[in-house]
This record gives sequence, structure tokens and C-alpha cells, in this order.
Amino acid sequence: MTCDLCDEKASVFLTQIVDGQMQKVNLCETCAQAKGVTDPTGFALADLLLGVGEEEKEDLELETDDLPVSAPAVAAEFTDLDENTSCQACGFTHAQFKKAGRLGCSKCYQIFGAGLDSLLKAMHKGTHHIGKVPKRHQAVVEQRDELDNLRMQLEDAVTREAFEKAASLRDQILKLEAEMAQLAADQAANPPANVVS
Amino acid sequence: MIRFDTLLESPADWMRQGTSHGDIVVTSRIRLARNLVDHAFPGWGRKQENEATLRVIQPMVESLPQLENAFSRHLNKLTAIQKQALVERHLISREHAARAAGSAAVMNQAQSISIMINEEDHLRMQSIQPGLALRESYQILNEIDTELEQSLEFAFDKQLGFLTACPTNLGTGLRASAMLHLPALMLSDQVNQVIQAVNKIGLAVRGLYGEGTEALGNLFQISNQTTLGDRELEIIARLQKVIEQIVNHEKNARKKLLSDNTTTLCDQVGRAFALLRHAHVMPSKEALNLTSMLRLGVDLKFFPAEFTVVLESLLMEIQPAHLQIRADRKLPTQERDEMRSQIIRDRLKSLPEPDISNALQSLDEGSTNSTEE
Ligand SMILES: [Zn+2]
Ligand SMILES: [Zn+2]
Repeated sequence: MTCDLCDEKASVFLTQIVDGQMQKVNLCETCAQAKGVTDPTGFALADLLLGVGEEEKEDLELETDDLPVSAPAVAAEFTDLDENTSCQACGFTHAQFKKAGRLGCSKCYQIFGAGLDSLLKAMHKGTHHIGKVPKRHQAVVEQRDELDNLRMQLEDAVTREAFEKAASLRDQILKLEAEMAQLAADQAANPPANVVS
Repeated sequence: MIRFDTLLESPADWMRQGTSHGDIVVTSRIRLARNLVDHAFPGWGRKQENEATLRVIQPMVESLPQLENAFSRHLNKLTAIQKQALVERHLISREHAARAAGSAAVMNQAQSISIMINEEDHLRMQSIQPGLALRESYQILNEIDTELEQSLEFAFDKQLGFLTACPTNLGTGLRASAMLHLPALMLSDQVNQVIQAVNKIGLAVRGLYGEGTEALGNLFQISNQTTLGDRELEIIARLQKVIEQIVNHEKNARKKLLSDNTTTLCDQVGRAFALLRHAHVMPSKEALNLTSMLRLGVDLKFFPAEFTVVLESLLMEIQPAHLQIRADRKLPTQERDEMRSQIIRDRLKSLPEPDISNALQSLDEGSTNSTEE
């Protein structure tokens, strides 16, 4: 592990929650001394790395794009999950989410997403995305919508005991599922640049 | 690839006055948050993992035609002061400036497009335009996003949309914002009413520097708060409508100040003129508030129109990191305040004395017109 400020070997490791976000800093002995990090509890990490001392900082609070949302407010809704529940993909735990109000990776949403609905309702205009869909997902999204639609019709046909209609719907569903599997295989065969590791 | 000095010496595109409500809407900004699939978000990712995502993302960003001949740098290759100067120019966030190895910033020379790699999300892309130009800004950024998604697989969920480190950015990952200059609403004590009204309809208004009536330089940022459950262009349209209303309020407040409080208004602008032209010690806060009055003076035609641009770049030049880069050393506050006053005196040397006759004349014409209707 090298120092974040120079490339020496780091020997001082600091973690701090800044605006609900966990930040980690690794410093070498020299930089830690130079930054006056003797008591790693009462300093602001951002200012430390910006090299702006408290008395030198002009009191201008620059704007951020992020709205000030406190971590407890974000994570308070997730009380129904065990503190030790963790994401298999990245190891992030529920306890950490409660503390930081941020998630560890995109897969975390599958793990911690259980209690998300009420939180999203409070936070957003709706709970379903209706905006831009990446090209890669457009076909998939359309197919899934179509599949949902066919399944609903099938259920309806079965209730009405329209078995001929049901049989034809079932065939359509099987065909669509095969197409979806093919598309998934095609996309897996042509991975984008970032799917390397 | 351009150098840091070249970047800083270049005026940003948005410093010219915007064609749409440019006298009140200083800039319009769009930000999109995106993440790669199968990688930890930067805040949780280890240094090696962040360096790996950076190695994948940076070349893709650099190869965008929109970012030809860009400034592109790893954050650990920039000094603290250089990073702070980028923050002062609104090119990177404070959070991003606090990062080092494993993060980078890429921006074009016109400073209309800026891409933060490994901020809170893997990609924070921003487009900034002068005046009220949210749709244009979005269009520029949307093209970049569409281009990048061909080579990078973004984390996306059918229900939740684009997946972001913080649930507040889910869905579109879009933050649209405008910087508004509202001196007349401030002088006539109406700003807090406007802020309260806007907050009630789910948009956020904040002082650019400081909160509420403490807002320095009478600069306010208004932005959408929700990102999920709406289409991008709906979010933008709703914000745009509210901004247009605030612009109208500010315009009316300016007219009213001019007709009912002429002396107070002239006094404020005159004092700002005198202090900025003759002071030898000028703290940041005072400079921001005085230049606001001067800008109002330009808008009301007390001064020639071309001074808007002068004031805009002046506001950048006199910020702490910009001063210290110019001086090429760390400056204590006292020295900064002196240097700041010197730059201001120099830039405003050719600024003529405020002439209120133009303004009063246009007011007369305005009232004649309205009686004819
Ligand atoms: Zn070091
Ligand atoms: Zn995870």
C-alpha cells in the first residue's frame, strides 16, 4: 500500500465518514507528520488532502452536486435486515451501509434492495425507472415487458378456461424465452471493454 | 493533450453571457452518474480495483471526439492547489478533489464538458453552458453517454435504472442545476419566500456560497432533488419552468427597485464601484458581494454590457487557489486579500463611472409602453 500523497510506503491508515461517505486515507510517515496527523479523529479528510489548513481556509462553502442527505436518513429504513447481511460480490455489509448511506457495488442492490421500496418512495418521484435505457438493455427490457405481458394473458386465459388460447400463449412464451437466452449468450460472447476481470 | 496552465489560462465557455436569460441565469449544468457492472463503487473499492476501473474508463473517455485535445490527469498527479483551482472553476467536486490515486479528471479546453472518473460513482459526467440552456447541456451529455455505453457496460436495472453508490441518484442519475444571480430579490427581502416556495415543489435551492440570506454574491443554485420515476426531459422541463418563474420575479424586483428605490440602488452600485476600484485589501466575501452589485449595475445598463464577461472571469481569478497559482506559492490570507484587490483594480481600470440615465430612460420607455397596451 503506497501513500496517497506521494509514492512512499504507507504506514498511517485513516478512515473517516465525510458527509455520510466513508473515506480512506493512507499516508507515509513523512506525509502524516507534514499534515500534522497526530490525532486521527478530529480532522476533515477533504481539507487534509486539499492541503487547506483550518485557519487558512476562506469560509466559502463551495457547492456540491449531491444534496446533503445524512447517512442515517438513507439507511434508517433497512431495519428488517440482519446487521451482518453482506454482499457476496463485494463484501459490503448491512451495518456498513447503515453507517455510510452508500452501497458497495451495483450488486448490493439485490441484497439490500429488500427494504428499498419505502425508502425510494420517500426519496423519489416513483419507484420505477422510466428514463433512458442503455442500448445494450433495450432489447432485453422490451423482451421482459413482452414476457410479462404474455404471462398475464396466459393467466387470464387459464382462468377463463380458454385452453386453446392458453396453449398458443405458452408456445409464444417458450419461443420468447429461447430468444432471450440467445440474446444473453450473444451479449456474453461480445463483452464490452470493462468486462475483463 | 493540453497542460494545466493552458487550461487555467483559457476562459471557460460559460463565462460569456448566455443568450437565454443570461443576465440572471449565469450557468446551466447537467450531471450524469454512471457505474460499471461487476466492480465495487469507488468509495468501497480498494486502490487496486479503482486503478483497474480507471485504466478501463480513462482511454474510452479520452477517445471521445468531444474530448479531443482535452486535459486529462490522474488526481495524484495534481497538487492540492491545482485541484482546488479546478473546484473553483466548477470542473470537479470537492469530494473528487479529496481523492488521489485511482481517480482522474478529464475536461475539454472550453471547460464545457468535464468527466470525473472514480468520484463517488465510476463516472460523473458534467456539461455546463452559459444562460438558461438545460436542454442543450443535456443533449451534449446524452450524446457522450450514448457513445460511452457502447464500449462500457453500465450497471443498469430495469426497475431501478442506472445503479449508483447513493440511492438518491438512482434511476436517471441526472442532476440538472442552474446558477442564478438574484440581487434584486435579495435586496427586496423576497429571496427566502422564493426558496421556500421552490422547496415545497420538490426542487432544491441553495446559496452557492452559504445558505439562505447569508448567500454570498447573491448566487443561488437550483436543482432537481429526485432522479427516479421521471424521464430526463421531464425533470429538465419542470426545473426550467420554475427557473423561468424565478427569472420573472427577479426581473420585476429589479424594475421595482429602479423605480421605487432609485437612490438605494444607485448607492449600492456606486459603493461597490468605489470600493472595488480603490480598495487595497479585499477579502473573498466582500469581493463576491460587491461584484454582485456591479453585475446588477451592468444588467441595468449603468455600465457597458461587455463588462459582464470581465466580471465573470474576474470572479474566477480572485479565488484563493487561482491567486496562489498565479503567485506560484502559498499565500497567507492577508497577502491574498492584497493581491485580490490589485487584480480587481487592474481589471476594472477601464470601467467608466456608473451612468444611471440609461437605466432611468429604459424605465420610462417601459412604463410608456405598458400604458399604451
Ligand atoms: Zn507520503
Ligand atoms: Zn456489493
